[in-house]
Amino acid sequence: MSELKTLILGRKDLGDAEDFEGMPNDLMTVNMGPSHPAMHGTIRIELTIDGERVVKSDINPGYLHRGFEKESEYATYTQIFPYTDRLNYVSPLINNVGFAMAVEKLMGITELPIRAQYIRVIISEMSRITDHLTCVGASAMELGAFAPFLFLVKVREWIYELLEELTGARLTHSYVRVGGVGKDLTEGFSEKLTGLLDKMEGVLDEAKGLLNNNKIFFDRMSGVGVFSKEDAIAFGLTGPCMRACGIDLDIRKDFPYLIYDQLEFDVPVGTSGDCLDRYLVRLEEIKQSTHILRQCLAKLPGGAVMIDDPRCSLPDKQETYNSIEGMIRHFKHIVDGIRVEPGEAYTFVEGGNGELGFFIVADGTGRPWKCYCRSPSFINLQTVPKTMAGRLISDIVPIFGMINMIGGECDK
Amino acid sequence: MSQAVLAALKSKFGDALLATSSNYGDECVTVAAAKLIEVATFLRDDPKMAFDSPVFLSCIDRLGLSESGPRFEVVIQLRSLSLRHRIRIKVPLEENKLKLPSVSALWAGFNWLERETYDMYGVEFEGHPDLRRIYLYDEFKGFPLRKDYPKDRRHPLVRREWSDE
Repeated sequence: MSELKTLILGRKDLGDAEDFEGMPNDLMTVNMGPSHPAMHGTIRIELTIDGERVVKSDINPGYLHRGFEKESEYATYTQIFPYTDRLNYVSPLINNVGFAMAVEKLMGITELPIRAQYIRVIISEMSRITDHLTCVGASAMELGAFAPFLFLVKVREWIYELLEELTGARLTHSYVRVGGVGKDLTEGFSEKLTGLLDKMEGVLDEAKGLLNNNKIFFDRMSGVGVFSKEDAIAFGLTGPCMRACGIDLDIRKDFPYLIYDQLEFDVPVGTSGDCLDRYLVRLEEIKQSTHILRQCLAKLPGGAVMIDDPRCSLPDKQETYNSIEGMIRHFKHIVDGIRVEPGEAYTFVEGGNGELGFFIVADGTGRPWKCYCRSPSFINLQTVPKTMAGRLISDIVPIFGMINMIGGECDK
Repeated sequence: MSQAVLAALKSKFGDALLATSSNYGDECVTVAAAKLIEVATFLRDDPKMAFDSPVFLSCIDRLGLSESGPRFEVVIQLRSLSLRHRIRIKVPLEENKLKLPSVSALWAGFNWLERETYDMYGVEFEGHPDLRRIYLYDEFKGFPLRKDYPKDRRHPLVRREWSDE
């Protein structure tokens, strides 16, 4: 039995070759991906393995590279919103908000209508919940727990339905505009969201019960993918993965934007930085997001949802169709785009996976000279070879699941 | 907020800094490639600076944007977790000498970002442990984010030669 176990689990250390009498003992290279059922997103890992143990792994992203930055240089600022939807496609509204804020920073717009800020926070938090639900659900499924996945995806679908009602699209919302949001909340949105949050809590508790009492799930998560505090800082890790390492950094708290400084919420922090902590941090963040949503709904003020600034808001339809000036303004706005003064600025928000930033260089025209996206997935993914070294192949699945690499965001 | 950082840099390096600016609340310092490691090490190790964490690294191609000045500019954004301030280092580079020392030894997180910048702009980072393309494949010709690379250029399907060692 012990012999069989050694064969399955591989050698304890590389020098120990006695168990392998007559066995080929050289290292083997295996490709995991680019299309693999246990990976979300397309990515290829070149594994050098010794038995079942990973000696070295070389991660090759880029299978979903669509040239976001190059395309952006040829599109007007408003036309870039649909591209940002396709970066992190499980929380597209946070990308929308981040990009809009970057352009607003360059235009010197500091004060948005207060209702627009509340709506931006509401949609960001709804997106954060869908992001975390996808991550936790998919990881659980990959570890064999299929039922919680169905529970969590059911909740995600409720949120998508509500967002679809609001924005017109289930996934690629393109709802935010420079200077506000596209349209006001639909009628009865608040009541529906409140009802949804109440319903959601029950289902989440059920799913939590299924996972937290699941020994297999716990054993495969705890102690796996451990990342130290010092490494996390040096690698520039952000988001839930960083907080799981015990570092208290949340952009919403430390560099508050929109109205986050007026809201009450806690930032969950882990202790050991392993996959289990990452999972627990995400679960707690879902809870905190619902807390934020309830506060926003209670305080939601009335008023405009778009800034009254001729540089970025379209003229009134009445004016467009009845006056030549309004018509010209509308035309220039659509064809030339929003003119942004020359300059460069970096703006960052707390995305689902960490610090999502846009570095825009403007040249005075309606199109950006450069639009760089600091995608948290890409930078977080860089830590994976380090956490995988010396682990078993089966550990790759929880490590990858909890890093939550989103192909669209990582490969841009 | 990070004005103190700029002041400290000015007093420490003086004329070695090519320029400093703080627009839109982002503090920037421009240094020559030869001085980069010295400035970066100071920013990381000095307790009043303590820039312990990388944020991003990219490049700007200014072809046709400005008449004079170097064409490329590498941008390095840093953050201090303990002091909660940020700074951007900019390194101007001429087209015929597109090289600068790698900062991946100072901050491990810049490893992939330098590879990405090499992949997209062809900037070479001297001393980088593994400077390969990251998004595109090895046979790809040209650097797609350069301004003289046409957006609609297509690449033929390449067949990789496999060798049995």
